[in-house]
Amino acid sequence: MPKQKATWKETNIAGLVFEPGSSAEYHTGTWRTLRPVHDMEHCTHCMLCWVYCPDSSIIVEDGRWMAFDYDHCKGCGICASVCPAKVKVHEHTGKEGKVIQMVLEQD
Amino acid sequence: MVVSTKMALDGAHAAARAMQQINPDVLAAYPITPQTAIVQTFSQYVADGEVDTEFIAVESEHAAMSACVGAAAAGGRVMTATAANGLALMWEIVYIAASMRLPIVMAVVNRALSAPLNIHCDHSDSMGAREAGWIQLYSETAQEAYDNLIQAVRIAEHPDLLLPVMVMQDGFITGHGLERMEVLEDSAVRDFIGTYKAKYSLLDIDHPITFGAWDMYDYYFEHKRQQTDAMSKAMKVIVDVGEEFGKISGRSYGIFDAYAMDDAELAIIVLSSTAGTARTSVKELRAEGVKIGLLKPRVFRPFPAQEFVDALKGVKAVAVLDRSISFGAMDGAGPLFLEVCAALFAAGLKTKVVNYIYGLGGRDIFPQHFAQVASDLQDITATGKVKSLVSYLGLRE
Repeated sequence: MPKQKATWKETNIAGLVFEPGSSAEYHTGTWRTLRPVHDMEHCTHCMLCWVYCPDSSIIVEDGRWMAFDYDHCKGCGICASVCPAKVKVHEHTGKEGKVIQMVLEQD
Repeated sequence: MVVSTKMALDGAHAAARAMQQINPDVLAAYPITPQTAIVQTFSQYVADGEVDTEFIAVESEHAAMSACVGAAAAGGRVMTATAANGLALMWEIVYIAASMRLPIVMAVVNRALSAPLNIHCDHSDSMGAREAGWIQLYSETAQEAYDNLIQAVRIAEHPDLLLPVMVMQDGFITGHGLERMEVLEDSAVRDFIGTYKAKYSLLDIDHPITFGAWDMYDYYFEHKRQQTDAMSKAMKVIVDVGEEFGKISGRSYGIFDAYAMDDAELAIIVLSSTAGTARTSVKELRAEGVKIGLLKPRVFRPFPAQEFVDALKGVKAVAVLDRSISFGAMDGAGPLFLEVCAALFAAGLKTKVVNYIYGLGGRDIFPQHFAQVASDLQDITATGKVKSLVSYLGLRE
């Protein structure tokens, strides 16, 4: 991975990448305009979001939902779309709806 | 000591002979008139076992340049050849070769771009590719095409550059015109170019590497700046390699071929084979007392702006001849003229410069055309007025 914010004199020639598997170091999360938020108390840990996430950005440990990988989540909203679990008052948004909801990144 | 053999070769066969002596790892090409003789002759060398090259007979020029990019990224010394519509079909990959900093060498036999269909010489093909990031060398003769191709390998592979090089010669006029020329010993060419060890190679499995990765707004700009920096270092490399080539061949190369320029008040600037006719005309005009000289640039990319300024200091009026049109440019001028004007303006020179479009689609140019140009330049110096910024030579008005 080239040095972050390298100048034109420092960056690798022609954008060559010298380390295999280094794409994880590129934070595609910076592209996000919508951000998924999760209500842990009402999550059923069904893992549908983990199955559908195209960027492997649902972090799971011991079969339980743990966190979003906000460094790589592009905010596509698929997790929120497929989430089957309902809440009356969401922990983050205060709104009735699904356990995963989308908010504006800037909020 | 220079050891060479005098031979009668046309430009295309001379280029093929240079490629045979260079013995590249990979040559991927598709035949197109008037370049066909290069690929055809080279494939004969392959069939006869005179080269070790992996020759890839591709299905199109787009595939040819794509195969070259892959082979060069794999670390090979790679060459190809094309002309006109073939170069146009390569277009996308021509840019990619330069941006990926792959030192591919390509022989271009200049031919008019369609339409209407025409197979004869003009420079619309390679001039269109002038912004692609390739170094461009123009050759007047078969000898120069041969010499430039050999030097191009050294220039392209120079560690400060890693830029692809196009070597032009004029279709049919040079490409198919037999000429007496000197061919170096195979060993002299191979010693001169040396062996090529790519710094980065896709085949180096101990050091895995990604070429041509996704490059966003946060890095693309820096990589373009690197490319232009490499181009800015190319002129010195071209001159150094040209001088060194002189030691093995007796023929040194620089940025220009200047003829009768020392005390010249008028100057003609023209690329490639037309410089031969121009030289003869300048000689005749000099005999008549006209203080005129000829400047034949060999290097168009990078553009030798400061060198033009130095060469034209003291000249009162300049005629730039273009064998292509930059459609929609100021007065429909040609690219060489526009670059010369930009260079002189930026240096604060107020030299009068006019443009002549000539030779499109293989239209012949004769000494009387140069007499006309000289007469126009004399009028400009006498009156201080330019009647026509862009004129046409040999066109039925």
